Amino acid sequence: MAPAKSTKATEATAPAEKADTAMTDAPPDVRRGSFDENSPRALAFEKQRVRVLPGSSATAASFEFQEEDHTLGNALRYIIMKNPEVEFCGYSIPHPSEELMNIRIQTYEGTTATEALEKGLNDLMDLCDVVSDKFMTAAEQFASKNQS
Amino acid sequence: MAPIQASQAELDRRKIVGINAEIVTDVTSTDFPGHWPGEDHSWDIEKFKKNFQVKMYKNDKIEANFSLVGIDAAVANALRRILISEIPSVAIERVFIYNNSSVIQDEVLAARLGLIPLKGSKAGIIDFLKWWTKPAEGEPEGSTSNDLNTIRLKLNVGCTRNKDAAPGETDPFKAYHNAHIYAKDIEFVPFGHQVEIFGSEHAVVPTNPNILIAKLRPGQCIDIEMDAIKGVGRDHAKYSPVAPASYRLLPTITITQPILGTDAEKFARCFPQGVIGFEPVTKKEAKQKGSGYVGHEGEKKAVVLDAMKDTVSRECLRHEEFQGKVKLGRVRDHFIFSVESVGQWDSDVLFVEAVKSLKSKCEALRQNLRNMPE
Repeated sequence: MAPAKSTKATEATAPAEKADTAMTDAPPDVRRGSFDENSPRALAFEKQRVRVLPGSSATAASFEFQEEDHTLGNALRYIIMKNPEVEFCGYSIPHPSEELMNIRIQTYEGTTATEALEKGLNDLMDLCDVVSDKFMTAAEQFASKNQS
Repeated sequence: MAPIQASQAELDRRKIVGINAEIVTDVTSTDFPGHWPGEDHSWDIEKFKKNFQVKMYKNDKIEANFSLVGIDAAVANALRRILISEIPSVAIERVFIYNNSSVIQDEVLAARLGLIPLKGSKAGIIDFLKWWTKPAEGEPEGSTSNDLNTIRLKLNVGCTRNKDAAPGETDPFKAYHNAHIYAKDIEFVPFGHQVEIFGSEHAVVPTNPNILIAKLRPGQCIDIEMDAIKGVGRDHAKYSPVAPASYRLLPTITITQPILGTDAEKFARCFPQGVIGFEPVTKKEAKQKGSGYVGHEGEKKAVVLDAMKDTVSRECLRHEEFQGKVKLGRVRDHFIFSVESVGQWDSDVLFVEAVKSLKSKCEALRQNLRNMPE
């Protein structure tokens, strides 16, 4: 059983001789570079996953994040706590079987909890850039040192 | 009022997690605004840029060892968790069993096949291959599978008797053909555009050819086809691209009082090789009153050569003669990462991808936050 050696998408046939696993090629319009609309990373942008929990005021609010866990929760808690305008920040995962993560932010007068959260996200993104840059420089230096 | 600037010695002291025989001390970070009165600990990207360091020790395709210095555990742990559970990789998801007369049940065989790590063209797996989606309701099964999102593999083997074997041969390797089915027997069946991308040396094959899948006896056979698709480790461990990604904190060993002679030898034996070395006590040290070296010139003393090699077994704390002479600790912001790739990604690319992934998470949530209904 040799797979069809066709280069045209429309002409290629499925390799299977067994009917229940027969497959065809993707239609040409799906082939669009390396962007993948079905990847979890792309899908994360599609849905509204943040909401403010009831009982919140401007300077003291709880935010509920869907489909997030300790990965973002703890990192975000750290960076928000680094903000001197923030009096308190903590996160929790209310139940292990629900994909929900709550962040509580209380700020001093002069800023709001939502602003503190947005600043936290911005700071964390800046941090990622620094980590990524320094890591790649270190990898390059290591490679050139080991070549010579 | 200008903020108080703590001395470097004080800052270094705060970084150490104390390790004692039974308890650990100073575990949590305290570098937050308001914790130390008058000091400024607010987030400052320039300060972070200045202090953060990456030290590379090993950077092979399959394994990378490096240190991140000057980062908080919250972020280091986020990166570790992303490496394990949120970076996509390809694994066998569906197994079509046409014939399986081996003693391994169909479902057990399928579970085993799923856990076999695969490798292949990096460009093909990372960029070319897209995510598979479930068919919409009412659509036939497999209607969404195509050359862009599914890797087809097959395994068709049967066990036969070896006619040339000596009579009464009991070794299954000699008595039969195909008595042992290994991962290397899995065949890749490229189709459509995969033929161009996954050619010859870029073919999708098991990373470790010698994983035993099943044992057969004459007359038994396995005839199956497999679909491998992209997934993430949070859905199933088989999709994890690392094995494993972990970090440990840099150990510190401080010898506070001299450990000399045979005690020094015993002390060195409390640690892995290369951690503790010996030096003779110098004339100058022997002259220093109250240093504990007086009258010991030329004797062997224990010195710390390489604390990084220590496993922090705390063995040295169990012995009477070292009581109060040594302090063990770990540096809270020095993470020694070990990332071992399973074969689909280069290990350093994996880490860069993890950082990208964390950033993308923040970006998505920032967009969400801005669109949040009032």
